[in-house]
Amino acid sequence: MLFELREVGLDRGGRAVLDRFDARIEEGSTAIVGPSGAGKSTLLRLLNRLADPDRGAIEFRGRPLDSYDPLALRRQVSLVPQLPALLEGTVESNLRYAAELAGEELDVEATLARAGLDLSFAEREVSQLSVGEQQRAMLARALAQQPEVLLLDEPTSALDHAARDRIEAALAELRREQEVSIVLVSHDPEQARRLGDQVLEMPA
Amino acid sequence: MSTSIHIAPWQVAASLVLVALAAAISFWQQADLERDILVATGRSIVQLTLVGYAIKLIFDADTIWLVLLLLAVMVFFGAITARHRAAKVPDSFGPLLIALALAGASTLGLVVALGIFEPTPRYLVPVGGMVIGNAMTASAVALNRLGDEMGEARARIEATLSLGATAREAAAPTVRRSLRSGMITLVDSTKTTGLIFFPGTMVGMLLAGASPTDAVRLQLILLYTLLGSVSISALTATLLAYRHFFTPAAQLREPGV
Repeated sequence: MLFELREVGLDRGGRAVLDRFDARIEEGSTAIVGPSGAGKSTLLRLLNRLADPDRGAIEFRGRPLDSYDPLALRRQVSLVPQLPALLEGTVESNLRYAAELAGEELDVEATLARAGLDLSFAEREVSQLSVGEQQRAMLARALAQQPEVLLLDEPTSALDHAARDRIEAALAELRREQEVSIVLVSHDPEQARRLGDQVLEMPA
Repeated sequence: MSTSIHIAPWQVAASLVLVALAAAISFWQQADLERDILVATGRSIVQLTLVGYAIKLIFDADTIWLVLLLLAVMVFFGAITARHRAAKVPDSFGPLLIALALAGASTLGLVVALGIFEPTPRYLVPVGGMVIGNAMTASAVALNRLGDEMGEARARIEATLSLGATAREAAAPTVRRSLRSGMITLVDSTKTTGLIFFPGTMVGMLLAGASPTDAVRLQLILLYTLLGSVSISALTATLLAYRHFFTPAAQLREPGV
């Protein structure tokens, strides 16, 4: 069992974003679907402790999530947010920053390739990239940490079909060859079926 | 510095003509500042007169304890004033109080230790006032910027946290820019001093009949003292205040919580 959530609740601004939410997320790949406002992004943020639930319990691989050091946990369980938010500088400097935080060696070309980018992107300033390119650079940055679990929030929302297919192929390969577990939020039921061994529907 | 000049009350009263001119311009151009000009003028008369008497009292008493008390009061009210400009920073009073106290104590301590000024009320009161005043402005500007930037850069900071960065690492670019904006005004005005404007101390000394050489030297000392005080206060305030945006588990706090 990768994650187990029991009766999880989280309030924001006096409103429950999640309430009495139960879920079992297995190792492998899980797609989370549900209407806007169902708390899909919030769920991902809970899983790498960018936020803590107000109620209920979350376990990661059989241990309470809050018993993990949050910094170490986030290097192991990497979240790629929906909106790109890279640091100023080049794509490569972003990858290096992430790799150094995780204490990992960095193969720039291989890491970029796994996110569907070629080596020419290494020297590009992030401010010069399109949103779709930034989104892939965010994925590459997470991969530079060689995480065991990837949490992806709408990873292909800003991509055209060709780029989306490349990312989906890359994710399938990660899953197969690196045994990375993937939890992915998608608004597209087709994509959820293509990528998820397990599909988790969140109630409205 | 034994020079002194005497200003009669009628001379001050006569200068009010220029206030009337300012109010007239505001009225004529509908800038809607007449009321503010009136309040500003009234407050300046009352506040400066009171401070004048307080300083006279302290000079006459000639004891260091009264000076320290006055400086402590300045630090306290400085932190309260600066807090209003740092409204988006949670619990900014503590960092500001520490920043102002540290900036005042260290720079005044240093200029006395270096033998630049004697530790007497005549030096410590005016220099302390300038040091704390400038420290207040710098830390207020820095925290104002910090509050804005932490709001705007939320997504980027959280994305950096999600890589396993510490709060310090995730906030570093923001802290750097806030510190810069707190210091830049004085650095810039130090660059242009004498070219575009004559700083107050120099003007005051020239008016009081001091030699231009003395006026310039004292002004330079004060400018450098202020640079020190401004950097210490802006640095202390930002380094203490950025932490208030994070939980102990390196999570961004929800705004307004």
